[in-house]
Amino acid sequence: MSEPSTSIRLTVNGEVREGHCPTRKLLVDFLREDLGLTGTHVGCEHGICGACTVLVNGEAARACLMLAVQADGADVTTIEGVARNGVLHPLQEAFREHHGLQCGFCTPGMLMTALDLLRVNPRPTEAEIREGISAVLCRCTGYHGIVKAVAAAADRLRAVR
Amino acid sequence: MKPPRFDYHAPASLDEALALLVRYGGDGKVVAGGQSLMPLLNFRLVRPAALIDLNRIGSLAGIRAANGHVVLGAMTRQRAIEFSPLVAERLPLLREATRWVGHLPIRSRGTIGGSLAHADPSAEYPAVLTVLDGEVVARSRAGQRVLKAADLFETYLTTTLSPDEILTEVRLPVMAKGTGWAFEEFARRHGDFAIVGVAAVIERQGERCVRARLAAAGAGPVPRRLREAEAVLEGDGLGRAAIERAAARAGEAVDPDGDIHASADYRRNLTRVLTARAVTRAATRAASR
Repeated sequence: MSEPSTSIRLTVNGEVREGHCPTRKLLVDFLREDLGLTGTHVGCEHGICGACTVLVNGEAARACLMLAVQADGADVTTIEGVARNGVLHPLQEAFREHHGLQCGFCTPGMLMTALDLLRVNPRPTEAEIREGISAVLCRCTGYHGIVKAVAAAADRLRAVR
Repeated sequence: MKPPRFDYHAPASLDEALALLVRYGGDGKVVAGGQSLMPLLNFRLVRPAALIDLNRIGSLAGIRAANGHVVLGAMTRQRAIEFSPLVAERLPLLREATRWVGHLPIRSRGTIGGSLAHADPSAEYPAVLTVLDGEVVARSRAGQRVLKAADLFETYLTTTLSPDEILTEVRLPVMAKGTGWAFEEFARRHGDFAIVGVAAVIERQGERCVRARLAAAGAGPVPRRLREAEAVLEGDGLGRAAIERAAARAGEAVDPDGDIHASADYRRNLTRVLTARAVTRAATRAASR
């Protein structure tokens, strides 16, 4: 059986990108291998760890549980699209200030998940932050720094708005 | 490449999808949100000849009110349900249960139809369909069938849907004003599948329970309506002792299997504990009429 393949056209971080890949290729592998966007990490590959989380049409989703072909026509944001013109997003700054990362493996997924959380809930309680980031596994920080960082970013984002 | 090879089809209409199912004769697999199927594909635990993707069929998604029901297209995302004002107003139990489904990034993709057709007995939506006396519509080229929960769920991960059928719609009766509700669940970590979950829907007049509906998830191969416990509440009311008696009956009524996550006895005990909590919370929320 020959490998069924397909052409894909989608918007990634505001830019129209095109590619051609096997229909069974996962979105996360397409982003990393075909588009060279290696900021999105591959962890468990079955939707548990959250390292591969990206925004699809503005909503956080597991890029290991989508086929690239399913993102045809979609608007995808990866970690590479979060900083603007070399200026870190307030959430990224907060992670730096509050030691929200150590090894950095979960960080891209953690940030994309937190961005979505803060969009649907701009004023989260600590419990809501903990529930929100429970979608992503971190094995270094013990989460305390991450919770502080998300809370600080919430304050800053509300001040900006 | 993680998943095995398959033909991929993303039909634009239900009729096309149904025709594809016939063409692949049982070797085609329907994918909805993919939050359960994609892991199985990534592990190569399933190797369908073809994947028939419903994500391009717009008419399968949406939430509307009709004839005392809320009708949800099978491809309605769990996230859309979570933030739907119509669901919050008319099916508050469904909204509360949705918050227990995985995590927000999972709910962005996961669908109500996919969850029901996957029929994991510890999942939340099968218990909600059971407790609310809802029904689903299954379509095939031959026509359509309307199924109650008891006629849909057969055993672990198995429904009575035939290989040429697609679950297209979920119909849930509107919860009457003043109805109390609660969904209680215990899992090792937030967002994991429940070890046991209990849904409670209570209508009351003072201490009297006019109508109780209870269902357990994770306490057997299919979601289990807890009619024995309902009868205790409807007979004895909503006092603390009656709730404890009803909860004890719930624990006795279920017949769970033990597995790596929990023994059968532990699941029975959880059913008792969570039934008491769910009924207590639902009774507090219920307005006397």
